[in-house]
Amino acid sequence: MSRNADIHSLEIKRSYLGSSLFGWLCAAATYICIAVLVGLLVTVLVNGVPWLSWTLLTSFPSRDPAKAGVLPALAGSLWLIGITALVSIPTGVGAAVYLEEYANSSWWRKLVQLNISNLAGVPSIVYGILGLGLFVRAMSLERSVIAGALTLTLVVLPIVILSTQEALRAVPSTIRQASYALGATRWQTVWLQVLPAALPGVMTGVILAIARALGEAAPLVAVGAVAFVAFVPQSLGDEFSALPLQIFNWAERPQEEFHGLASAAIVVLLAVLILLNTGAVLVRAKYGRRIKW
Amino acid sequence: MTQGGPLATQRFAFVAVCVLGAAVGCGPRAQSIKIDGSSTVYPISEAVAESFRGVRPDIRVTVGLSGTGGGMKKFTAGEIDICDASRGIKDSEVEALTEAEVPFTEFSVAFDGIAVVVHPENDWVDSLTVEQLASIWRPLDDAPVKKWNELNPAWPDEEIKLYGPGTDSGTFEYFTEAIVGEAKSCRSDFAASEDDNVLVTSVSEDKYSLGYFGFAYYAENTGKLKLLGVAQGEAEPVQPSVEAIRDNSYAPLSRPLFIYVRNDLLNRPAGAEFVEFYLDKAGEMAAEVGYVAVSDDVAAENLKKYQKALAK
Repeated sequence: MSRNADIHSLEIKRSYLGSSLFGWLCAAATYICIAVLVGLLVTVLVNGVPWLSWTLLTSFPSRDPAKAGVLPALAGSLWLIGITALVSIPTGVGAAVYLEEYANSSWWRKLVQLNISNLAGVPSIVYGILGLGLFVRAMSLERSVIAGALTLTLVVLPIVILSTQEALRAVPSTIRQASYALGATRWQTVWLQVLPAALPGVMTGVILAIARALGEAAPLVAVGAVAFVAFVPQSLGDEFSALPLQIFNWAERPQEEFHGLASAAIVVLLAVLILLNTGAVLVRAKYGRRIKW
Repeated sequence: MTQGGPLATQRFAFVAVCVLGAAVGCGPRAQSIKIDGSSTVYPISEAVAESFRGVRPDIRVTVGLSGTGGGMKKFTAGEIDICDASRGIKDSEVEALTEAEVPFTEFSVAFDGIAVVVHPENDWVDSLTVEQLASIWRPLDDAPVKKWNELNPAWPDEEIKLYGPGTDSGTFEYFTEAIVGEAKSCRSDFAASEDDNVLVTSVSEDKYSLGYFGFAYYAENTGKLKLLGVAQGEAEPVQPSVEAIRDNSYAPLSRPLFIYVRNDLLNRPAGAEFVEFYLDKAGEMAAEVGYVAVSDDVAAENLKKYQKALAK
């Protein structure tokens, strides 16, 4: 307490113009970000809320704005993120555990690490073209839910790996040493101590990844997701649409009514995102509390 | 510290449930008809597909919008049954289709006009000739006209602010070919947007602007824009209208929209039914989504082509 006060008084003495200016600039940056975000949200809500209705959620796209809905796009998006999560979480977490807990520090590991970091910055359309060549054509999965989901997995995998690695690194090495000292094997240490301790961090990464997958349109267009489907995908082999594509499609129309629908679809997309985030926060709260060092 | 046992079990259960969920529902695939291609033609195909669902809900029709060029590639690769196109098929594409042994039939399903527009407060210009438009839009190497008073000394000494669709769009390709004389030959210093609504807003906010885009976008925003007539050579300028676009008197900026159909689609029971339904409804749907229905002659021609393809 007293030490804090000392530092505080010291700072008052050294309060130069530059220092406070820097503080103001940082504050300004924060408020600009918030203002932009609030502006966007308000615009979307004002335009979209009048169009929000049960019809919107339960109908197929239509040329008549009053009857148009996002059902196939919403279902398509849920399929996509579900399968993307299913594939990318085990693979991504597995790769991160290997790199952090098992792999020896070698030039090979450094090379892999460097590549993963670079892959996280590759524009998603590049993955889309890769997905078109690999999944749609070479593996002849056609324009199916599974081809779309695997392409999105490629997009988000680097994010899952990198954030999981960060989370694993944040687990104190004393935990591992204590576990080994008690005679635990490496498997027991990783599975029972390190991974549970890293879970909140892993969840953050997973949520970021899923949010990214939910918002991506470009790679889906490349693999051939369609804008109009008059059915809800029922299996991995079905064709699909996705919310971002539906939004894009409506926003492009000449008729004003479709622009309102586009905003309403954005509200739906945001709602899905918020629900997912809430889920992750709950998981983190539940498992985060158990861990006390 | 964490209790490992129960947590691990929970996690296994979660994964198992997810895998089970994914495996369920891999049933037999329903009959489907796949359409892709131009985003300009998309609204018509979407409207037809939507109506067809009322007649045959068991047939799954999907419509994509990957652009005329992208659609043609998929059409050639055999990934889709019908390709929407906002321009006629190119020789190179015909070659590729012949090589891939994909016999196809072309149907003209609607007409679209390209509207040339200015700011509503622009009181000096009511129409432009094709030559004037060409002098404005030609490539920078050919020294295009930059200011309004270069076209007519009585007009303001202000730069013409140009707005047009992005270089990937079929509208851009058609406009440059019809006006400048060569597809994609155009000055590069205009403000481009893939979204025609952005063009509408931009033109309506800039007094010295000049822009072009699909007629439907003008029709939805008549209050915000001033429509120009276009004159060919010495002829009287023509303003685009439903009639002028349909009978092609709004030349050279009225263009036909096409669908290309794989002939073997017609051998599938639902395929022939769908194509017939499309041709039957195209006129009505085109008008409903903002395009111009084809004339009766063209509709009759379509039907003849359809019968011919069916007979094979």
